[in-house]
Amino acid sequence: MIAEIGLAALWLAAALAVLQLVGGVLAVRGQGELASVVRTSAIAQGVLAGLSFVALLWLFIATDLSVKLVAANSHSAKPLIFKLSGAWGNHEGSMLLWVTVMALAGGLIALVERRLAEKTLLATLAAQGFVAIGFYAFILMSSNPFERLPIPAVEGNGLNPLLQDIGLAFHPPTLYFGYVGLSVAFSFAVGALVTKSVTPDFARAMRPWVLGAWVFLTLGITAGSYWAYYELGWGGWWFWDPVENASLMPWLAATALLHSVSVLAARDALRTWTIMLGVIAFSMSMLGTFLVRSGILTSVHAFAVDPERGSFILVLLSLYIGGALALFALRANSISEGERFKLTSREGALVFNNVMLSAILGIVLLGTLYPLATEAFDVRVSVGPPYFNPVGAIFTLPMLLVMAVGPLLRWRQDNLTRIRLPLVGVAVVMLATLAVVVLLGAYSLLADLGLAIAAGLAIAAFLPLRGRNLLRVPLATWGMVVAHFGIAVALFGMASESAFSEEKLAAVSIGDTTQVGPWDVKLEGVVPVAGPNWTAIEGHVIARYDGGKEVVLDPQSRNFWAPPQETNESQLATRWNGQLYAVIGNQAEDGRWQLRLWWKPFVTFIWYGGMLVALGGLLSLIGRLATDLKRRRALRRRELRSGEAVA
Amino acid sequence: MSRWRLFVPLGIFSLFVGLAAYQLSQPKDEFVESAMVGEQLPQFDLRPAFASLPGAATADFTDGNPKLLNIWASWCIPCISEAPQLERLQASGVEIVGIAIRDRPEDVARFLASYGNPYVRIGADDLSEVQLEIGSSGVPETFVIDGEGKITYQHIGDIRPGDVPVLLDKLREAGE
Amino acid sequence: MKCLIAALLSILALTATAHAQDSMPPAPYAYQQLDDPGQEEQAQALMETLRCLKCQSQSIADSDAPMAGDMRHQVRSRIAAGEEPEAIRAWLIDRYGDYVSYDPKISETTWPLFAIPLILALVAGLLLWRRIGRKKGAAT
Repeated sequence: MIAEIGLAALWLAAALAVLQLVGGVLAVRGQGELASVVRTSAIAQGVLAGLSFVALLWLFIATDLSVKLVAANSHSAKPLIFKLSGAWGNHEGSMLLWVTVMALAGGLIALVERRLAEKTLLATLAAQGFVAIGFYAFILMSSNPFERLPIPAVEGNGLNPLLQDIGLAFHPPTLYFGYVGLSVAFSFAVGALVTKSVTPDFARAMRPWVLGAWVFLTLGITAGSYWAYYELGWGGWWFWDPVENASLMPWLAATALLHSVSVLAARDALRTWTIMLGVIAFSMSMLGTFLVRSGILTSVHAFAVDPERGSFILVLLSLYIGGALALFALRANSISEGERFKLTSREGALVFNNVMLSAILGIVLLGTLYPLATEAFDVRVSVGPPYFNPVGAIFTLPMLLVMAVGPLLRWRQDNLTRIRLPLVGVAVVMLATLAVVVLLGAYSLLADLGLAIAAGLAIAAFLPLRGRNLLRVPLATWGMVVAHFGIAVALFGMASESAFSEEKLAAVSIGDTTQVGPWDVKLEGVVPVAGPNWTAIEGHVIARYDGGKEVVLDPQSRNFWAPPQETNESQLATRWNGQLYAVIGNQAEDGRWQLRLWWKPFVTFIWYGGMLVALGGLLSLIGRLATDLKRRRALRRRELRSGEAVA
Repeated sequence: MSRWRLFVPLGIFSLFVGLAAYQLSQPKDEFVESAMVGEQLPQFDLRPAFASLPGAATADFTDGNPKLLNIWASWCIPCISEAPQLERLQASGVEIVGIAIRDRPEDVARFLASYGNPYVRIGADDLSEVQLEIGSSGVPETFVIDGEGKITYQHIGDIRPGDVPVLLDKLREAGE
Repeated sequence: MKCLIAALLSILALTATAHAQDSMPPAPYAYQQLDDPGQEEQAQALMETLRCLKCQSQSIADSDAPMAGDMRHQVRSRIAAGEEPEAIRAWLIDRYGDYVSYDPKISETTWPLFAIPLILALVAGLLLWRRIGRKKGAAT
């Protein structure tokens, strides 16, 4: 019964999305009386999609094995948290989660958005309905999560402990929230293209969604990178793998969009550019989804490739993005560029970095898709870190330098001599760091420059606060400071990892001690251990940092039998100044064990930095929302005073 | 901004959609082809992988008769399924030289006892050195070598019944 | 494996070598560093840019596949014998094509990888120039 309710709610929500689209289009074309229909159906659609998702959760909690999806992905003996995450840890459920969040967002816009011109709002909701219809069609036609089995299963399939990882449970929804936020920004952009009204109010309406999406994407990438780092067992934290790139590209676009929308909100400039980025940011999330799920870039061995799903997503992608780009090509001419500014101004710096971010995005996109393009001509090439790192750096390094200066500049027009002192200070810090690093023993050009820029940027990030009463600094400014500082911290971690990491591959007998960096590492013993569907050997390793306290590590080498796989469970000893990374391998014929050890100074700063960036975004979001609320309350009070009815 | 420039993003996007649609319609193959096809067989001289057969060396391939060079291993499961096809090839008079990758003599002997022995010689390649030399990226793979020791054809993966006539054709071509 | 969470699973799939495994010990230099730290550094840098042919999207420095081990052995022993890293890369490209190297060099198949960023840089410069250099707004 629950499954049927869920499915019925989903069909109804789909019907409302159609109503929302049709009503929205008609209302924009002049039938204003339909406005309330559009709003109501957006809200109702949110409620119904939410109901449908709750039904799915219910089925997973109750482990209703007559439902195909539950039987395939859950198990009655799973802990509750993994039963819940099982609901979205598969293709069908994740699509339902996506469309649910999107419908809830649409409902929220209909409910609370008051700044936007009525017509633009209606066009936005219509666009939102259009995007949602595609997803509903996808789910209802080819990925129905509520499908029943002819005969209920006796027990569920999904007790794969590999998937019972708290990171895996929350990583995908984090990314979906990010994608949905960008889809809302996309709808706003389309709405504004339809009505040709791109105003600071429009930017203020769009900004919280972009900020929210950006926070989620930042968290998702940070968590994903850390997960790959400890799970892969070779100490790498970013591989420029197509799947990683697929998550990075929306973030790059969202970062650019976030900054250009701020310019639009504050200065009424960069109108078409913001619209374009709104379209691009969402297309990158759709593109990522397409690349990952169609399997055209990843291995057939890793996935059951489903060309049907791939084709469906490609059709949606071309409808949404192709449509929006066509609209852009036809309409952008009639949107004027907005206010002008000088190169040495806050806008100038922001535009520079927007262009740099877009170029980086272009390079990641190119490097990711290029092997696919040559394959069409039967030529196979590989594009990896030796390409992405230097080519990306050509654009990243100037961007980081401008990022240090930009927040110090005034809007519209400024003079570099005004901020001479802080500029010289930051430059001195960078050059001094560079000198020290080179004297220490010049590692690699990129790592050295990274360390120098990180040092300067860390200080520059706080300079916008100089001479201000810290209690009066708006939360949004704090957000910017924290996020920029986070970038410096992450950059420092990356450069330090690349410059100072030490690796030791050792074959050791039990009782032997080996060194890596400042660590003494002793293999105390090796014992067999067993899990539900694996056996492992576990090394008992005792490590001392610089003769200090003993740290015990238990890395495992696991053998799964269903399906047969070998994985290495690394173990980490974390200190404030870095991590010791230990992996145990196989036993050699002479009885010695393979130990793989890395000392990675300050590697943790990469993820601390990522979290700081997300925190900065969150502070900014809270600050903006609080300001909006205050403004709204003031507005309402004024309206009440003047005795006018609220429209 | 001139009008045509606004269509550039749409144009680039259409290119991508075309490419993606084309690739979706293509069967995805994961084969890495050897760039050594058409080249002379590299120099090697491998010890026997199996007590009752000689090892394999480059010199064995220059007697004027085309041969098959089969890269395999006793631990490789698809190798089991291609064993009958190798026997058929042998029955048609083809000389098959085997190279066993990372294998032990006793395992090789057990495999040959169970699934038949189509080989005239088997070399042991313990460090995949010859495999890397000839650009092979997995087991099993089969190369056609002409009478002068030139690589003329590469078959990737296990030999299916339908591949036998193809290989016989390629051997005949190599003999001409 | 229809359970998707694709981003993570594909990474997961990379760690697991689903192939049948041989029982031979790894090649001598598969898991053993060279004694000369300078040579080891050269070898490591090269291995990080060579593609493991048996795995998807992993370098031979990041893989436990036996063939990756044998390739590491080749790299380390050739470096120890005094061969230049780029000569070793070229030797592999002669056998496997550009696919084996993550470091695309300008060639007739890869030139767009370098031409397009150049064009991007020019377009970026042009955009900045137009946007900021001109006195008038961009709308025509």
